[in-house]
Amino acid sequence: MTTLDTTEASGMIMNKTAEEAGALAKAVSTAKAGHETKIAASKVSVFYGDKQALFDVSIDIPARQVMAFIGPSGCGKSTFLRCINRMNDTIDNCSVKGTIEIDGANIYDPKIDPVLLRARVGMVFQKPNPFPKSIYDNIAYGPRIHGVAKAGSAMDEIVERSLQRAALWNEVKDRLDQPGTGLSGGQQQRLCIARAIAVNPDIILMDEPCSALDPIATAKVEELIDELRAQYTIVIVTHSMQQAARVSQKAAFFHLGNLIEVDETDKMFTNPSDQRTQDYITGRFG
Amino acid sequence: MTQHTVKSFQEELDTLAANIAQMGGLTEAQLSAAIEAVVRRDTQLAERTIREDQRIDALEAEIEAHAIRMIALRQPMATDLREAIAAIKISIDLERIGDLAKNIAKRAMVLQNDFEGTNRLIQGISRMGRLAQRQLKHVLDAYSSREAQAAMEVWRDDEEIDAMYNSVFRELLTYMMEDPRTIGVSTHLLFVAKNIERIGDHATNIAETISYLVTGEWVSDERPKGDTTSTTAVKSGS
Repeated sequence: MTTLDTTEASGMIMNKTAEEAGALAKAVSTAKAGHETKIAASKVSVFYGDKQALFDVSIDIPARQVMAFIGPSGCGKSTFLRCINRMNDTIDNCSVKGTIEIDGANIYDPKIDPVLLRARVGMVFQKPNPFPKSIYDNIAYGPRIHGVAKAGSAMDEIVERSLQRAALWNEVKDRLDQPGTGLSGGQQQRLCIARAIAVNPDIILMDEPCSALDPIATAKVEELIDELRAQYTIVIVTHSMQQAARVSQKAAFFHLGNLIEVDETDKMFTNPSDQRTQDYITGRFG
Repeated sequence: MTQHTVKSFQEELDTLAANIAQMGGLTEAQLSAAIEAVVRRDTQLAERTIREDQRIDALEAEIEAHAIRMIALRQPMATDLREAIAAIKISIDLERIGDLAKNIAKRAMVLQNDFEGTNRLIQGISRMGRLAQRQLKHVLDAYSSREAQAAMEVWRDDEEIDAMYNSVFRELLTYMMEDPRTIGVSTHLLFVAKNIERIGDHATNIAETISYLVTGEWVSDERPKGDTTSTTAVKSGS
């Protein structure tokens, strides 16, 4: 969905004065920034031992948008999500083929440090999993080990800013020294999101972030996702079709380890192109 | 189409389509009765037609409530969502067709006081009425078979009704100019013709909705318009 063809634009530039050309070139780059690709996956296959779980998945994920992965259980959507920050490396017999580029750099390059990668690509899981530490330390842990900030006022600032972005600050500011595990489920999940954004990631991966939350906590997390997409690229796996429809701009449908269809969310949920997508989202899969 | 995993959802969708079919059948019957009442100048039939219209109104309310409940409780997606939206839109058009048929029937009751040319004029109106009935039947068939192509034929054929309306309009103008005593009857017949022309327009609306229901895209072409009466004027001295 690039709005301007580059060759055509550069052809136009040649016929213009230098000043006009500068302005035009800037316009071209801004136009491109709107649809800039953050994550580009090409022919990604994943094997658990001999069993292939994902088949040649190629997809471009745009920057600063929410991309939702939908599909029945076992379709490979979580497996693919976990490829984006190399979480599958932690599974012994799991191997990944193909390339995934973030901002043009292949993350499966041996030179890439997966620990640093995971700081850039944060993750929020299905079940809130705060560390058995204070609320403050839950947030401060990442910045501390990554050397983003030392203890003291700089760290206080990061903790406050992260909790504010995660819309949790007002609820916990008077009890930062209390254990994170003592919060409600919805608060714990927002604490985990605050923890993920404390290390200044570019991308946040969410694997069913609301499946253990009540509707009000879910609404709060969805509102948060909507605010976060101004700064972060978000990829969310969800079993709730309504949630995918509510929070995402683009949606991808996976089935039996294949990527079936990627499209604008509103198109996907009113008029999908593939019959399998149609059958799945309308609840007709036998 | 494959059946729904949730049987009760499938049943609700089936009920919705069945209600539209029933409403469509009722509307067809009403239109045919109204035209018949005009042609035969049958007051009793006209009265009955006027009374029957409330059944169509009741069905519209039922379909709307059913579709709204389905949207609220099932959150339908893709074709299911389009089924619900199409049912609401089609029921509105059918209800309007019912109203127009009722209005035609009302006018049949005042057509007793006729003049020489009435029979000939009524023939034109009866032809228009048959055309509208055919359009309505075809569009309802296209709904039950979910055929976008067939619906779009109805959409294009509406021009014929428009053309016929133009000639009836001109003919009535001529009568009124020649003999002012015919103005009363002619005016009623003019409204009857206009109502039939409107019924054709509602049939094309339904055709567009069916096309959306089947393809997911709204018809974007401008429909060929044949009704030029809004710019037809009587020239004095001609």
